[in-house]
Amino acid sequence: MQSSSMINYDYSVAKLFAFATIILGIVGMLIGVLIAFQMAYPELNNLAGEYGTFGRLRPLHTDSVIFGFLVSGIFSTWYYVGQRVLKVSMAESPFLMALGKIHFVLYLLVVAAVVVSLLLGITTSKEYAEFEWPIDIGIVVIWVMWGMSIFGLIGIRREKTLYISVWYYIATFLGVAMLYLFNNMEVPTYFASGGYGDWWHSVSMYAGTNDAMVQWWYGHNAVAFVFTVPIIAMIYYFLPKESGQPIFSYKLSLLSFWGLMFVYLWAGGHHLLYSTVPDWVQTMGSIFSIVLILPSWGSAINMLLTMKGEWQQLKENPLIKFMVLASTFYMFSTLEGPIQAIKSVNALAHFTDWIPGHVHDGTLGWVGFMIIAALLHMTPRMFKKELYSKKLMESQFWIQTTGIVLYFSSMWIAGITQGMMWRATDQYGNLAYSFIDTVNVLHPYYTIRGVGGLLYLAGFIMFAYNFYKTITAGRVIEEEPRSASPMAA
Amino acid sequence: MFHWLEKNPFFFAVGVFLVIAYAGLITILPDFMNSARPVVGTKPYTVLQLAGRHAYIKDSCNACHSQLIRPFKSETDRYGMYSLSGEYAYDRPFLWGSKRTGPDLMRVGNYRTTDWLENHMLDPASVVPGSIMPKYGHMFNNKANIETAYAEAVTVKKVFNVPYDEKDMPKLGSFEEAQKLALEEAKEIVDNMKNPTVKEAYAKGEIKEIVALIAYLNSLK
Repeated sequence: MQSSSMINYDYSVAKLFAFATIILGIVGMLIGVLIAFQMAYPELNNLAGEYGTFGRLRPLHTDSVIFGFLVSGIFSTWYYVGQRVLKVSMAESPFLMALGKIHFVLYLLVVAAVVVSLLLGITTSKEYAEFEWPIDIGIVVIWVMWGMSIFGLIGIRREKTLYISVWYYIATFLGVAMLYLFNNMEVPTYFASGGYGDWWHSVSMYAGTNDAMVQWWYGHNAVAFVFTVPIIAMIYYFLPKESGQPIFSYKLSLLSFWGLMFVYLWAGGHHLLYSTVPDWVQTMGSIFSIVLILPSWGSAINMLLTMKGEWQQLKENPLIKFMVLASTFYMFSTLEGPIQAIKSVNALAHFTDWIPGHVHDGTLGWVGFMIIAALLHMTPRMFKKELYSKKLMESQFWIQTTGIVLYFSSMWIAGITQGMMWRATDQYGNLAYSFIDTVNVLHPYYTIRGVGGLLYLAGFIMFAYNFYKTITAGRVIEEEPRSASPMAA
Repeated sequence: MFHWLEKNPFFFAVGVFLVIAYAGLITILPDFMNSARPVVGTKPYTVLQLAGRHAYIKDSCNACHSQLIRPFKSETDRYGMYSLSGEYAYDRPFLWGSKRTGPDLMRVGNYRTTDWLENHMLDPASVVPGSIMPKYGHMFNNKANIETAYAEAVTVKKVFNVPYDEKDMPKLGSFEEAQKLALEEAKEIVDNMKNPTVKEAYAKGEIKEIVALIAYLNSLK
């Protein structure tokens, strides 16, 4: 195998997206903390007139963490990992270099357009697909550019066999492309009506139940191809690199990959249990959600077993801590999800806070921790600097972990409490509680959730500070570290 | 086979695409036509109601309110008859929501009045003590976007054959006619409201967002 030190990898695009990951992460989490506290203290809705209400900010929160923090994290790691596992530098192709930079600039423009439009209330209302058609076109262009970058780099690769991470990046590209295109089929009304109304407005190609089916086929699998698949791509690269351990089992990774691809797309129906979609679709959604435990746990177990015999690293290296806890949260979240997809459990859990609780143990624990670990691993290698402070990382880890635990445990209790109260009846069979009773009882849990979110944000800002100090004041390192990232105490 | 795929990115990508693509086809296509059929009696929204629906979407009411009544006694007791697929035949987009921070609104028109909705939108806690819903005072100042609602109605009529202008169905006509109809329809709502800004604007021929929103919510039955 050719030594990677002989190729001069170009990280300029990876660095740009790393900055975007951190800045958009702070923005998205800050809005998240604000809207969390709005639910406990509704006066906080009045901070910025109509632009500061929960309704306007909620899509901005979800989209800035998904398409801001997460997607730029995916791009950043791709522009780092892609070159290294394919053994080719982006600098070898002026075309790919230019493409990468334009990709970043266009990405920022679209992010700006998204922020402005959502604050103005320009939205299609579909979750995680709120953008109107002009922005959709921008997103498609960005995505195609990323695809060109992936396949362009693959086209000039030296290492002929695609490493596992590349499988997952390719799947991310294809999956999101397919889902996004079909879910956002819409007719611009200005043009179809012969020049009436707002030019950016559009109407969905699907109506009612069909629209719901397409939306949750998209919505659930956006979770698959943004929250899961690319994050697995990351952990397959960064965990072995950081720990110096080979992947436990190739066969298990093969099984998990193809299993995940096959099973995930069926599971969207679990968002529509007891709705008006055909019953058989609901049952299929339920069953496939449970089957989904197999490939999910396959990947996670593969990661944990990769650390076999090397568990002392967990104590010594905060990056390993982040990644091992990420895998653990992945297992936890992929057990919780299928449980919620069982029809009788869903009857209780659906529409309650248990659902955002579930989403957040996945996103904060699995996705957030993995991206943080990836950036921490990349930083010393991209900037040739020693990580600024190990202590800061240690405290960040514990503060954020506490935040996650507060978040999901309070939302569990809140969700189950409210679900039980909605269905409770008195001795005569009448509903026992009015709706507002079931809201007021949640106040303490909403407050605890807000505090949990705040702790996570605080930890993330510590991470941003550590990143900044590493670049500006970290000790210069001459040679690239082989495995564990160098860090000052 | 897998080793071979890993060395041939094109076929690898084709393989991945095939594996992920057909689940959608199998679950969505078979019942597509069935699910698109309206229940007898279901009518498309009038232009005013549609403008209200746009205001509902603009402030993401659907982030906290569902429009889907599940077939459980606890839900039908609280919200009314459970939802039928065909009732949504003219809902583009669907607004089922995925979280009930507030109650379901699928049939809110059956048990709330214009007057109640006006007070509630201005200051929810004054009507429902302990409510955590934000105040939506800006809807009393923002103008309803009748033109965009008209554009949407014309579009769905043309592209999806939504039965506007048919017997017993809402009328569209030209934009001027549609505007006139919207104003007529808004009159009853404005008459039942107290807010002076809304009334003054209406006297000048302008419809506020709140009026359209109430028209929409009243139509949800």
